[in-house]
Amino acid sequence: MNRWRDIPQRSDLLLQYLIDIQQRDSCISTESIQKLSTELAIPAAQIKSVIEFYSFLHTTPRGHFNILFSDNITDQMAGSRALMRQLCQQLNVRQGDPRADGRVTVDTTSCTGMCDQGPALLINNFPITRLDSKRIELIAQLIEQDTPLEQWPAEFFEINDNVHRADILLTHNTEDGDALRALLEEGAETLLQRIGDAELRGRGGAGFKTATKWRLCKQADAAQRIVVCNADEGEPGTFKDRVLLQSYAAQVIEGMTLCAGIIGASKGFIYLRGEYRYLLDSLEKELQRRRDAKLLGNNILDQQGFNFNIEIHLGAGAYICGEESALLESLAGHRGIPQKRPPFPVTRGYLGLPTVVNNVETLMTACQIASHGSDWFTDKGTRQSAGTKLLSISGDCQQPGIYEYPMGTSVSDILIDCGADGPQAVQIAGAAGQTLCHREFKRKIAIEDASTGGSFMVFNRHRDMLDMVQNFAHFFAHESCGFCTPCRVGSTLISNLVDKLYTSHATQNDLRDIERIALVMRHASHCGLGTTASNHILDTFNNFPDAYQRRLRSTEYTPAFDLDLAVCEARAITGRDDDDAHIVCPPQEGFKP
Amino acid sequence: MSHKIRVATTSLAGCFGCHMSLLDIDERLLELITLVEFERSPINDIKQLEPVDVGIIEGGVANTDNVEVLREFRRQSKILVAIGACAINGGIPAMRNHFELKECLEESYLDGIGVVNPMIPNDPEIPLLLNKVHPIHEVVKVDYVLPGCPPSGDTIWTFLTELLEGRPIHFPYSEIHYD
Repeated sequence: MNRWRDIPQRSDLLLQYLIDIQQRDSCISTESIQKLSTELAIPAAQIKSVIEFYSFLHTTPRGHFNILFSDNITDQMAGSRALMRQLCQQLNVRQGDPRADGRVTVDTTSCTGMCDQGPALLINNFPITRLDSKRIELIAQLIEQDTPLEQWPAEFFEINDNVHRADILLTHNTEDGDALRALLEEGAETLLQRIGDAELRGRGGAGFKTATKWRLCKQADAAQRIVVCNADEGEPGTFKDRVLLQSYAAQVIEGMTLCAGIIGASKGFIYLRGEYRYLLDSLEKELQRRRDAKLLGNNILDQQGFNFNIEIHLGAGAYICGEESALLESLAGHRGIPQKRPPFPVTRGYLGLPTVVNNVETLMTACQIASHGSDWFTDKGTRQSAGTKLLSISGDCQQPGIYEYPMGTSVSDILIDCGADGPQAVQIAGAAGQTLCHREFKRKIAIEDASTGGSFMVFNRHRDMLDMVQNFAHFFAHESCGFCTPCRVGSTLISNLVDKLYTSHATQNDLRDIERIALVMRHASHCGLGTTASNHILDTFNNFPDAYQRRLRSTEYTPAFDLDLAVCEARAITGRDDDDAHIVCPPQEGFKP
Repeated sequence: MSHKIRVATTSLAGCFGCHMSLLDIDERLLELITLVEFERSPINDIKQLEPVDVGIIEGGVANTDNVEVLREFRRQSKILVAIGACAINGGIPAMRNHFELKECLEESYLDGIGVVNPMIPNDPEIPLLLNKVHPIHEVVKVDYVLPGCPPSGDTIWTFLTELLEGRPIHFPYSEIHYD
């Protein structure tokens, strides 16, 4: 169980130790905190602050079966909320509270990356997908019988790749070690040049040139360098990295090793989001297989001094850790708070060492370019955006799943391919991305047009777009790291105002407030989470004004309390019930835009 | 005279201190009335409210009459101003919010020292008290707040003259510090 027992204790492993304790004890007790504090020489308060930060860590026990329903909008559209109510009812348990006998807890969590096979849940960190009423009933029975998870039906835990369109990346398999042999035969400079010629840009969404990043890190003055694979695929609606880690892990790891060989790094990390913990065993096995095949470890392919080792670190339910500076903080065992830049990670990253942080897809693509050449890649795509892009398509379409498209493909072509029926909107690049409406469907997937890290959620014309807005508003209020005021306070204010609107209590004034706060967040937040957290609001304000207007009360202003109820005590004391003893709410004034 | 700005004022659950402060602009009152026309106000004792440009409210909302007057002011005023601590926060009258209304009335009309003919008044002519005292922004939309207990005559003067000239309102520090 303890993955770290064979290596000496390190304070940067704090988060990893905490995750193990949480898994073992179902919470992190005061005694565990004290023990860690002594052993690692870290103040107990600091350990507690780390526990508080991560959603999957708790100081009070969860149930023996800890169930978290994925709460992305696509799960909700597939009926997750009703299924959760059904399970709570059948188990007689309240959402969020462990049952009195400690058997089970039922709660929600941010998107678990199973949007193409949702609704989904995590049970003790293992995903169960394709939930329906019958499956929920079986789950309730198994829990009541206290059946160990290993004896549950295997089909519950089946995760499908659902690749519906493969282009060069998913069809061209490289032989194990091809990229590394090319590196050893042709030299680091040639390979770096090749990746530069291929115009490869980061696939996480920001689109920074990969070769430039690698070169800057290579040039940084240091004795040791680090390669990090960002597998914290937390953006709601994205799941392509999950498929790559499940079925193409060899190429991802070879991409990391290639990077290490080029920049001169000896140590690497895969930062795997806690929701993908179920992939841990297969990834560890793959690492071992590659060590045995001399593709990883010391003296790779018998090249003296080509040493590279990879550790897998788990996240613990924090969306912000997908941001690279927050991810590096988390890797060091801290709270995942984004850091000021510069210095950029390429010069000062993990524990102050020059660090390359790349997305899973970027590393796999780099591995393929090394074997197939730069033309293989630039033959596809547009002038500014070379190659292909993996999209995770979910929502209202007949065939949700993974689609690989050349950059420059239009949104409308993609909607036809995935079988979207009467789409009114596409949320591209996740909750932090853009909400495209019908007239924008001619736009193209590319850095220079509709840029995306891979999330592509489809909403048909029967959907109320305010459902999406409310889901994202709650998501950001929950995921804000709390460091800067515009984001911490703004995301909660927006969430409250959207709730007010949702229940038809809001007025035009509240809409003005929402917009004002959204703009403050966009301009004043510390990191990308805050600056993008209100995109969905501002986009839907423009593209779907009806979704807001029809929910408004038809007045400019609503009192903060029930005026007539505020006279109830005086009425009771005086025994009066005449007309003047009541406050009549006036008929709604006409709506003034 | 129709080009003059029309102003109305009232005091709800307040002490008229803010109105006294308005009078504290002293001889500048003469200048003020060349700029504004006072509609309903305790200053001229006009009781009927006509449509005005600026409505100024002193005091919080403590009873049904306050609600009615306040709403009437909102309906008739283009710009509504909350003046003083009571209008903005409930102020001194809101200190009763720490007690049940029943306790307050019993203390005043039944158990208090020197009470003759003890009974809680229930004449329909008398407005009923609200359970709690509220700031006015919880009942109507407020456009400007002018803090202070009371704001000084100079603060009120700065506010009115800048508002009348259509400028963003800036106060010198001395007019808005209360330490």
